[in-house]
Amino acid sequence: MENKNLRDEIIRRSGVNPTKCMRCGKCTGTCPAFDEMEYHPHQFVYMVESGDIEPLLESKSLYRCLTCFACVDRCPRGVEPAKLVEAVRLAAVRQQGNNHMTANDVPAKIEEDTPQQLIVSAFRKYTK
Amino acid sequence: MKFSYFPGCTLKNKAKDLDEYARKSAEVLGVTLEEIEDWQCCGGVFTTSKDEIATKLSSVRILKAAQAKEQALVTVCSACHNVVKQTNYAMQNDSEFADKVNRYMDDGIYDGSTKIYHYLELIRDVIGYDKVKEKVVNSLAGKKVAAYYGCLLLRPNTVMRMDDPENPTIMEDLIKALGAEAVVYPYRNECCGGYVRMENTEFAEKKSNTVSNSAKLAGADVIVTACPLCKYNLEKSGSEIPVVYITELLADALGIKEDNNGK
Repeated sequence: MENKNLRDEIIRRSGVNPTKCMRCGKCTGTCPAFDEMEYHPHQFVYMVESGDIEPLLESKSLYRCLTCFACVDRCPRGVEPAKLVEAVRLAAVRQQGNNHMTANDVPAKIEEDTPQQLIVSAFRKYTK
Repeated sequence: MKFSYFPGCTLKNKAKDLDEYARKSAEVLGVTLEEIEDWQCCGGVFTTSKDEIATKLSSVRILKAAQAKEQALVTVCSACHNVVKQTNYAMQNDSEFADKVNRYMDDGIYDGSTKIYHYLELIRDVIGYDKVKEKVVNSLAGKKVAAYYGCLLLRPNTVMRMDDPENPTIMEDLIKALGAEAVVYPYRNECCGGYVRMENTEFAEKKSNTVSNSAKLAGADVIVTACPLCKYNLEKSGSEIPVVYITELLADALGIKEDNNGK
């Protein structure tokens, strides 16, 4: 997909308008995973806005977002960065052969007391 | 009073205490929770992308089942509550999404009209704390309890509308009604590390330890939660104080804990 098309598609699917962002960085300040991300939430918003999607599609940052909605609720402009991260993550895992986790990975990662919630949540985020 | 009830996958397996103490405590408080028939897992997380339809159908079926019985729907698990409530909000407010969902279904239109209560809201808004106080036979006086909300109960606030998302009191109010002291601490509404534990245990442990240490430093001797994943993450990360379900604390105060599972 052309970058412009992909950018517009990400914006449409997420329902987010990144041009509302005023670059205050509060999303990154409140993000519990920000120090695990090569692209922090405020950078993520800017990169989507400018159509710089390819590096995001390749980035591990996509799988560190907890979807805890801290950035969504605390953004003074109502930008909702987590929804952009989700739309880009889906664009990545929906590509053929690009699942971030497969059923075969699961047995090695779980223990006797692992709650089902952990497995189904990770699967929904990392797999299509 | 009767309500439709959606327990969810984990409450049938690793979080049976959360489920059974919820049902039994509700009975003591005059409410019967009628489990929805043939429900499916909500998926654990709500996918915010507007073009994700199929992953939300199980939630819509749950909402429709409650509507068919003309009952409000009660959830206990924080994750189920978040997913079902966000799905219902999308059915009410996103007509394109609702139209696509309804085209999948072969048994009539769902209009988003089912009312959803989290168990904590059921107690606050329907049962009332005075009724709870009346039924307490084993006061928890002297116990210092830290409520852990995590992320799913409160956010996104435009949808969840449970309480003030930055300064909630709904769990503390229940703790006080049970006679215990509610300990307020800084990290009570921050994330435990959630599902990222599946791919990065160290990171999830760091997040969870921040929460449990924060509660311990504030003087708590126990943490309560409504989320099986929060409980698991906090315990597995080595919380120095016990983590129990809010429904277990409730059952304890109502004097029915001994009857459950032979404990």
